[in-house]
Amino acid sequence: MKHILYFLQAAVRFFASLTVLGRIGFFVSLLWILVALFGSSIAPHAMTDMSASGNVFASGSLAYPLGTDFLGRDLLSRILYGARYSIGLALAATLIASVGGTLLALVSTVIGTWFDEIVCRIVDALLVTPSKILALLVIAIYGSDLRVLVLTAGVIYMPGAFRIARSQAVNLNAMEYVTVARLNGESTFHIACREILPNMIHPMMTDFGLRFVYNVLMLSGLSFLGLGVQPPYADWGSLVRENLSGLSMGAAAVIMPALAIASLTIGVNLLIDSLAMRGRLRTGR
Amino acid sequence: MNRVVVRMVGQRVASGALTLFLVSALVFFMASLLPGDAAQMALGQYATPETVAMLRKQLGLDEPLVLRFFTWLGNLVSGDFGVSYAANVPVSSIVLSRIPNTLMLAAAATVASVPVALVLGIVAAMVRGSLLDRVIGVLTMSVVAVPEFLLATLAVLLFAVKLHWVSAVSVNADTSSVGAFLKSYSLPVLVLCCVVVAQMARMTRAALINQLDAPYAEMAVLKGLRPSRTVLRHALPNAVGPIVNAMALSLSYLLGGVIIVEAIFSYPGLASTLVDAVSNRDLPIVQFCVLFFSACYLLLLLVADIVTIVCNPKLR
Repeated sequence: MKHILYFLQAAVRFFASLTVLGRIGFFVSLLWILVALFGSSIAPHAMTDMSASGNVFASGSLAYPLGTDFLGRDLLSRILYGARYSIGLALAATLIASVGGTLLALVSTVIGTWFDEIVCRIVDALLVTPSKILALLVIAIYGSDLRVLVLTAGVIYMPGAFRIARSQAVNLNAMEYVTVARLNGESTFHIACREILPNMIHPMMTDFGLRFVYNVLMLSGLSFLGLGVQPPYADWGSLVRENLSGLSMGAAAVIMPALAIASLTIGVNLLIDSLAMRGRLRTGR
Repeated sequence: MNRVVVRMVGQRVASGALTLFLVSALVFFMASLLPGDAAQMALGQYATPETVAMLRKQLGLDEPLVLRFFTWLGNLVSGDFGVSYAANVPVSSIVLSRIPNTLMLAAAATVASVPVALVLGIVAAMVRGSLLDRVIGVLTMSVVAVPEFLLATLAVLLFAVKLHWVSAVSVNADTSSVGAFLKSYSLPVLVLCCVVVAQMARMTRAALINQLDAPYAEMAVLKGLRPSRTVLRHALPNAVGPIVNAMALSLSYLLGGVIIVEAIFSYPGLASTLVDAVSNRDLPIVQFCVLFFSACYLLLLLVADIVTIVCNPKLR
């Protein structure tokens, strides 16, 4: 009971420390995460329900709030189902990128010397190859399996996370308290996990949000090109692609999924901006 | 130009060339990890062990991997890009005619976006913290944060469907007259510009504000100079290096944008060739396009680096 109370208190304090735009971003992000989790159970129609099949590209009505798509399926339901892929895949890819990048940076800073040198060279080479082009190359070779997509996006955004984590880790590694720990005879593992890592978490969380936005944009872009999530699954990018024929009629089915992506990415961006500003205020910079 | 500058530029060129070599190695070895090989793929259902072995010998696939990599690289340099799996014609006959179209699109977008971005960035930095600055900030952030295809579909919806100013989706690279040029290029260029301008304006603002925070700029303000003079005469010359750098970097966003734009407007450029080749798994074309785009990207980064070095007064 006491723990729940503390948690609520912390949550309220966190919320109060955000700017107005940050609060809006927080609510939008939270809303989409809930939709990704429970979207399939609140959707009014099934994903493949074609009961209105005569009614292609219909505009909004009571039964079909956002209208219907190119096969007469309910657009709202398809967006609610698609959230799972758009958000879930991007989250998985971002986790791979951020956790992988942070751990690699930690190891390479603590070990140092030749290992650090090699990792940095490889990362530099990966950083200057344009990410979308690299993703296209991998997909051309291995096909657009969901696991391939997540792994590709994760590996492609890992170098960026590594760079940021490494600059953090190098700074912390040179701090006096770390030197003291080393003189105390603490093991390398202890120094990495107990002394350096905890101080890296906060900046890496902000970076996590930014990288999540990149991942959402890239994965939906790939789906839009027909190279990402394949039918029968559909994320928001594939929804835009499959309804593209309705564009010349001005159908809502093209714009709505794209707006869903935009609201998610803008929301997360607003939240991160606000968090970064809060961090600056706190450290007095 | 003194020796230090020349040496630093030389270093950057060498490291750029090395990176391009690494990328080409990546492109080659990743493709060679595929189960099955070109011989099997080319023969399709006629692939018996004997015919595959024969074609492998004919294509030189039975040689060691590293040797094949250098043969492949040598062929690339001498202009032999291999044979397309799907169309069975040399890659060069497919891609070479499309490169100018893509470059044309990119050039038009660059020419249109650089002045707009500069003005937006400088204005935002001059009125920092004001309502106008915040509006520009939120707008550019939103444009950077939304997918390119949202901008493209909105532009088509507005200018082609609602206003009927331009033809809807099909675009041909017609440059015969000014009217035809405008008609076929305005929408794709507009979309590309939005993406690049937003990025460029943000980075220009950041570079300029970085200078305005320096003590000498504060001194200029304290002396009672007009804000416009402080920004344009004192801060801007010092920010030229970072700004040009920012521009080259944001032009690299053209790469991502051009893929989407060419796909949605079915524009006959290299990026749409790349997308088609990826969905056909036509590796020789994919390899060429990936190398070409990476080379363009590296060239942009190189230019950015060199300009930063040359514009840095400390090195003169």
